[in-house]
Amino acid sequence: MAVLPRIDEESRGFWEALARHELYFQRCRDCGRARFPPRALCPACLSSATAWVRASGRGTVYSFTVTYQNQAPGFRDVLPYVLAIVELAEGPRLVTNIVGCPPEAVRVGMAVEVVFDDVAPEVTLAKFRPVGDDP
Amino acid sequence: MSIWGRVAVVGAYEHPARFAPDKTAYQLHAESARGALADAGLGIEQVDGFFTSGVGPIGILSLAQHLDLEPCYLDSQSIGGSSFVSHCLHAAAAIAGGLCSVALVTYGSTAASQRFAIGTGGASGGDPPDEFEAPFGPTIVGSYALVARRHMHAYGTTSEQLAEIAVTMRRHAGLNPHAKYRDPITVEDVLASRMISSPLHLLDCCIISDGGGALVLTSVERARDLRRPPVVILGGAEAVRHHGVGNRDLLDIAACQSGPLALARAGVAHADIDVCQVYDSYTITVLVTLEALGFCEPGEGGAFCAGGRIGLGGALPVNTDGGGLSSNHPGMRGIFLVIEAVRQLRGERGAAQVPGAELALVHGTGGMLGGRHSGATLVLGRV
Repeated sequence: MAVLPRIDEESRGFWEALARHELYFQRCRDCGRARFPPRALCPACLSSATAWVRASGRGTVYSFTVTYQNQAPGFRDVLPYVLAIVELAEGPRLVTNIVGCPPEAVRVGMAVEVVFDDVAPEVTLAKFRPVGDDP
Repeated sequence: MSIWGRVAVVGAYEHPARFAPDKTAYQLHAESARGALADAGLGIEQVDGFFTSGVGPIGILSLAQHLDLEPCYLDSQSIGGSSFVSHCLHAAAAIAGGLCSVALVTYGSTAASQRFAIGTGGASGGDPPDEFEAPFGPTIVGSYALVARRHMHAYGTTSEQLAEIAVTMRRHAGLNPHAKYRDPITVEDVLASRMISSPLHLLDCCIISDGGGALVLTSVERARDLRRPPVVILGGAEAVRHHGVGNRDLLDIAACQSGPLALARAGVAHADIDVCQVYDSYTITVLVTLEALGFCEPGEGGAFCAGGRIGLGGALPVNTDGGGLSSNHPGMRGIFLVIEAVRQLRGERGAAQVPGAELALVHGTGGMLGGRHSGATLVLGRV
């Protein structure tokens, strides 16, 4: 049983795109600053003019941890798993999981690409796997 | 007019309980308040400022009822384990500004007897940003582990260096009769303990205990007539770090901001600090906090914490009570950092006393170091 995000008016566009297997972040139309997670206003210039930018899906592992203990439902049955921060090629960093390789193979700086995990009807999570790995 | 040097901690009490299934959390608050007020030589009827956290969103109202307090100043600042350090900072401002005259800070928790899984039970608060993290299984320990891994990558810091911190805290706990774990451990013991969230092993993690504590603060003028030597708040600051717009440097922690600001406000240099109490939720917390506070250069934390340098008798004794890694950790132990600093500056610590300690630095970390977290720093001195 996956833990599902609660989707609200500021994040809906992000999650709807993910359900189409497209990864987006935001960029301010006024000052050009990228931002993630999504929010209605650019915190740098407080503009509401927002562009959704499709990410290439490529990135690198910024940091990671192999989780061996988590009593929470949805995770206690899938131990160990890799919690990571991935830096997208376009800049923004996001919290995710590294999948598609043994946990002990993950390294900081490793090149990764997005994989779309359909965890529930209309809910897809962006996870990452080492580049070049076939599913 | 500056608030620094005008307000003092005049009462401090650490509840000796580490496992108290026969007590409630409110009872631990109340017993701690009794202890701190007795220490100060003040009656509860003189309290007109009340500070607490960890009791729920408006739980300070219920706890005020429990203690039958009707203060004219209330502060339930809730920024995680650092909250109580922050309360002292806020109390200094409130007292110096005339908003209250006798501040009571209380904490109590029965985390251990309720078998609350601090750190490994999932870590979503349900706030909007959590929705971008919770589906991936973050834990509190995992958040700190992300910082540890990044530090290892950036600077070559080793698990052995982290383990030395746990070993030092345990050595200090051996001098504390109330500490939950007192038997010495070795670097090998830490490395052989099971991995919780790599690179952090079980013995890199704080313990889980019950506990409570309280502090009483008032003006330095009023403190002169009280029974204990006043411990003066010379400087302080707080800060927050978060993922921002997805551009967070994991090694730019809140202490990088609050530490230098607190020292500058106190007009004190690092070399002047005799003893340091920093939140040791995990071994990595100590290492990166000491770096961030400026006691060593970025990347030098591993070497700085090695060789007994942060132990009693070392260059900068840290967490002389055994800390959260060995003495007590009921979930939010910031108050114990202040209590231990006060005891050191009063010269009450016996075998764990830092000889002639005149200046102490306290730094609390609250929340998730690799995610959203707070930092609160105090510089304390004896008059």
